Amino acid sequence: MSQELSIEELEKRFQEKIDAEIKIEPNDWMPDDYRKTLIRQISQHAHSEIVGMLPEGNWITRAPSLRRKAVLLAKVQDEAGHGLYLYSAAETLGADREETIDDLHSGKAKYSSIFNYPTLSWADMGTIGWLVDGAAIMNQVPLCRCSYGPYARAMVRVCKEESFHQRQGFEIVTKLAQGTPEQKEMAQDSLNRWWWPSLMMFGPSDADSQHTAQSMKWKIKRNTNDDLRQQFVDITVPQAELIGLTIPDPDLKWNEERQSYDFGEINWDEFNQVIRGNGPCNKKRIEDRRNAKENGKWVREAALAHAEKRKMKKAV
Amino acid sequence: MSQAEWPLFEVFIRSKNGLNHKHVGSLRAADEEMAIQNARDVYTRRSEGVSIWVVQSSLITASDPQDADALFEPADSKIYRHPTFYDVPDGISHM
Repeated sequence: MSQELSIEELEKRFQEKIDAEIKIEPNDWMPDDYRKTLIRQISQHAHSEIVGMLPEGNWITRAPSLRRKAVLLAKVQDEAGHGLYLYSAAETLGADREETIDDLHSGKAKYSSIFNYPTLSWADMGTIGWLVDGAAIMNQVPLCRCSYGPYARAMVRVCKEESFHQRQGFEIVTKLAQGTPEQKEMAQDSLNRWWWPSLMMFGPSDADSQHTAQSMKWKIKRNTNDDLRQQFVDITVPQAELIGLTIPDPDLKWNEERQSYDFGEINWDEFNQVIRGNGPCNKKRIEDRRNAKENGKWVREAALAHAEKRKMKKAV
Repeated sequence: MSQAEWPLFEVFIRSKNGLNHKHVGSLRAADEEMAIQNARDVYTRRSEGVSIWVVQSSLITASDPQDADALFEPADSKIYRHPTFYDVPDGISHM
């Protein structure tokens, strides 16, 4: 029936569904650009989860106690899981999984800029959980209401698991902040290094964000980058105060009128440099991912060959 | 690119006895056995299930959203199939 409808009519009906908060499911008609936007966003989100395992993997063997080690392992395993939910969601849109992964490895696809910073001390495991996962939650909670069903469902699952990540991180930072002067110093140094990159996680400011307007109309996105960034600052500043750490921003000030914090200018040059591949660890991260795929190739092939062989035996 | 990808499986989880298996997502695995193991790791890390079904996605036949009107519209017009369609006099209980 709908083959007879014009593109304009199909687009109109599509937007009416979106406006009525009816979710779009994989086989429903959708504009090409909606599909493309989602494939780009979901696969980048998946890549971020997978690359995000690397800075933390760096500390698994050096966790200070068995408890911390077990927790960190569980967190990194969750991240692998999150990547898998998301790659599956991208596949429902017709994206080829191996191609999306190859796009990451060739540098064509992006991932969150934050994972291009190094994890120099144990305190960074705390700060990443507290700030990086905190910022991720802020971004992901509204995505649970995204108009595309499989993405929204994946996000519900991710958000449930993410709050454990933030709490374990905050626990690490709190313990260090209450520890010896050296431990507190370590926590403060870590906050100093991660604060600004965490603010950059929300993406370019609204004025420079090329995708925001259309994504909001399609209800892929529910809040602008600047709104979410402000919410994050407002929530996080009192948390830092409570554990006696200082946010590294001399311009940070409570604005009574706005009932919100004013904060300093983000270094967008740094952000753009990291996005373009010139951050401290970009090359290392991609190299590690490429090696993982290459070195695991024989295992994947062997598993498939084994499965084929067993199928043949059964058939006899 | 690797020449052959592992097939895609759909995963269904029974969260506890007494409830249906419910679709939770998909994953790739070399065979059914590995699909069950992977589903355990990907979808039940926090005691979400007591039983897992996996089936190759390519074996599922789905209705076409374009046929939704033809398939489901007839049910919309048969409101007499619902108890609320009928008048029950005041004072009648247990009905």
